[in-house]
Amino acid sequence: MDPNSFRTVIGLEVHVQLKTDSKMFCSCSSDYADSEPNTLVCPVCLGMPGVLPVVNRLAVESTLLTGLALGCHISSESKFDRKNYAYPDLMKWYQISQYDMPLCGRGSLKISLDDGDKQIGITRVHLEEDTAKMIHSESRVGHKVSLIDANRSGVPLMEIVSEPDMTSPEEARVYLTTLRNILLYLDVSTANMQEGAFRCDANISIWPAGMDTGDVKVEIKNMNSFRAVFRALAFEEERQSRVWVKTGQPPEQETRGWVEASGETVSQRSKEYAHDYRYFPEPDLPPLKVTDHLISSLRSAMPELPESVFKRLTECGLRSSDALQLIDDRPLLIFFDEAMNEYPQPQRLANWILNNFVQELRDSETNLASNPVAPRGFVELLQLEDKGHINSKMTAELLGRMVSSGRSAKELVAETGGQITDDDELQEMVSKIIKDNPQAVADFRAGKKQAAGFLVGQIMKATKGRANPGMVNKQISKELGV
Amino acid sequence: MTAHEASGLLRKREVSSVELTEAVLGRIGEVEQSIGAHISVTSDLAMKQAAAADLAIQGGAVHSLCGIPIGLKDVLSTADVETTCGSRMLEGFVPPFDATVVGKLREIGAVFTGKLNLDEFAMGSSTENSAFHVTRNPWDLTRVPGGSSGGSAAAVAACECMVSLGSDTGGSIRQPASFCGVVGIKPTYGRVSRFGLVAFASSLDQIGPIARDVKDAAIVLEAISGGDPKDSTSLHVEVPNYSEVLGRSIEGVRVGVPLEYFGSGLDDDVKELVLKAIDQLDDLGAKVVDVSLPHTEYALATYYLLAPAEASANLARYNGVKYGYSDLDSSDVNDMMAFSRARGFGEEVKRRIMLGTYALSSGYYDAYYLKAQKVRTLIKADFDEVFQNVDLLVTPVSPSVAFPLGDRVDDPYGMYMSDVMTIPASIAGIAGLSVPCGFAEGLPVGLQMLGPALSEPILLQTAYAYEQEAKVSSKAPFLDV
Repeated sequence: MDPNSFRTVIGLEVHVQLKTDSKMFCSCSSDYADSEPNTLVCPVCLGMPGVLPVVNRLAVESTLLTGLALGCHISSESKFDRKNYAYPDLMKWYQISQYDMPLCGRGSLKISLDDGDKQIGITRVHLEEDTAKMIHSESRVGHKVSLIDANRSGVPLMEIVSEPDMTSPEEARVYLTTLRNILLYLDVSTANMQEGAFRCDANISIWPAGMDTGDVKVEIKNMNSFRAVFRALAFEEERQSRVWVKTGQPPEQETRGWVEASGETVSQRSKEYAHDYRYFPEPDLPPLKVTDHLISSLRSAMPELPESVFKRLTECGLRSSDALQLIDDRPLLIFFDEAMNEYPQPQRLANWILNNFVQELRDSETNLASNPVAPRGFVELLQLEDKGHINSKMTAELLGRMVSSGRSAKELVAETGGQITDDDELQEMVSKIIKDNPQAVADFRAGKKQAAGFLVGQIMKATKGRANPGMVNKQISKELGV
Repeated sequence: MTAHEASGLLRKREVSSVELTEAVLGRIGEVEQSIGAHISVTSDLAMKQAAAADLAIQGGAVHSLCGIPIGLKDVLSTADVETTCGSRMLEGFVPPFDATVVGKLREIGAVFTGKLNLDEFAMGSSTENSAFHVTRNPWDLTRVPGGSSGGSAAAVAACECMVSLGSDTGGSIRQPASFCGVVGIKPTYGRVSRFGLVAFASSLDQIGPIARDVKDAAIVLEAISGGDPKDSTSLHVEVPNYSEVLGRSIEGVRVGVPLEYFGSGLDDDVKELVLKAIDQLDDLGAKVVDVSLPHTEYALATYYLLAPAEASANLARYNGVKYGYSDLDSSDVNDMMAFSRARGFGEEVKRRIMLGTYALSSGYYDAYYLKAQKVRTLIKADFDEVFQNVDLLVTPVSPSVAFPLGDRVDDPYGMYMSDVMTIPASIAGIAGLSVPCGFAEGLPVGLQMLGPALSEPILLQTAYAYEQEAKVSSKAPFLDV
């Protein structure tokens, strides 16, 4: 069997915590990130005897909005089901989830690859509740203890299941980044992977060329970053092809866990121990009716999505690499769009934002949200240059001072003076520089053309960059008799 | 004394709630030893509430249940009062919140005298499945009070409270009411909020009143009914004034008699009493017609698939991790959970959890759970069709009178059979009640009235008319009060 002739089949299951004030079925806050353990809990999310769930409307709407963005089929009726499994972090020992009537059915997601676009099928998008967090630890006297923090219990969780349409770890990576961007644009989740707001499990199998794709697949869990997904899938491709080559058979169906430290997947659970979740309709919740009215109001509330942003930006003349860079940083895109309203020169704006501004933010260890420069002030700076009040070097330098001081460009220019464009003033400086640097003048006359640059540099230095470099250049050339 | 009689005295200041409550607590002291209706008696709470009620009445409080001693089935969550569900699993468990119905009664100034015995997690028909003790029938201490709300029915019959709340999943209010000679209502599914009712089978459970007469039952039903934002299955439909219809003529009311409820298995004495009651309804001007509910025979099997299936999930949360019984000698968390369940639950509960787990299992789901759901639709359709032509149905409540203690403990099927006539209405989610219609072998027999969803007014109107006409004694011989 030729190890290079395998075909890889990958499907992804993504769990997304929704951004809602309250939990999925009770009014506890779902913002548990910095909370003390077991403080954001109530009888409902603790699964106490006699409690009943009440559906979070915003969570339903966020799920439907996501489904619409992914072109999913939305049926007029949906329902919740109980998924039974016994684990201490599951307060009721069943999870309220959706089984055969998810809020959103078939859809697709377009991903952009080096060799063109590809549609990845979406199987379904459904809504469920998150579990509590379980921590296995040791007591002071060395007893093994299992601790539970129920703050996460009942946080709204949306599951997005893809078709097995991806054929490489790279496609999976692009799918995830594209999907994550959409969720950020929809503003339905923080989609923060490190904080567990965006979690991914993968199904992967590989098949020899010419052989039909079978049912057997390996599920991989415990991948905590896009890079981990990529590495785990690449590892698994390799491992599974070795099994094929050695046995002529597909690898055993099982669940494997990614171990970041060792860079490998390890077996967690084989097929014989697969769960029987005993799904049945949740009797505490009547079926959900999804009205046409709700769908049309969600459609009209649909924000601009990355794909159309890309189209808009490239159509107005932006380089596609710059457009992609802006799309990947949504706050920066919003900054760009606001600046564009007053300063419709997309490429010039993008250059200054993506190069200088981003660098200044990084240098001053701040971020866009907390930096003092607003789009309007940014535009004002560029306009000062356009009007000749400052040169581009000053623009760059002023931007840095604006970020660090929070003062406006105009204010700073008024203090230090603008660009020197006065012919006489410049003439005086040029004469002085030529007089003070006979060696450079001699070099120039001897054919060393770069000596002229040195002289220009001396003037810029003397004026702290304020001299108009074009004019200085011209004057020096004239003076040297070129 | 009935609650509405007591309420009249309270308002005329001929008696105070404190006196009334003291009398009830005294009565509990006298007879509880023989009856065993209570899991806990909340004397301190009751006395505090009674004193507060007296103040409220002086201040002009007008609700008929203000100051009235009420017993609660111990499956209703009561803030700061132990709620055990008759199970070792929840022994000592004190909920931090009130069930919606408990909150409503608290609000209007009712007095809570105790938590009443039941079959563990409301699973049973005799109250013998309580983990703590049996409850005896006040009419014959060698017999069961019925179940699962046996404590609620026995307490009312024995005057250990004036009215009580029970819960009915397959007959758990109507059957014990029948056995104890009191009135019990299973309201339409959704009429009363289930929030705080510890779930047995969520799609069937309903809370309802047990009382000495129809009027008391109507007053309590009105007090606890209504849509609840905390219960998504509750009906947001206006609550009628149930007392208002009492006393209206039932002339022309169409009463159906379903043949399927009078077949083999029904004791002759019971049959005779029920037929006599039907004649009396006829005398009162009701139009009695024979009808048929052809899928009745499948109801019991359907129930024993659906109810345990839901129960298997509802009772999964009792794992020793968060509250209740916890087997702390176990070496790790998995053992702890397994042993907590093995030791915390009784036999019948475990039997039903296993039945339900099996019915939902991969490979059996279609044949059991799904099939049962389909039959449920057929049973509902039977009722829908019959209610095109009649306003209500009249049947026996149970095939027999109260059976002797211990008689069916080792015969689960025989025990299940005592609910065969109450289960179909539970499956259909319709309204039903039980009103006493006489005595066989000296033991009370109940008449069941069933009506379509939200038909409580016509049921109460008919039951009241019958009660006034039949004048069946509500005085248990054992109890000379």
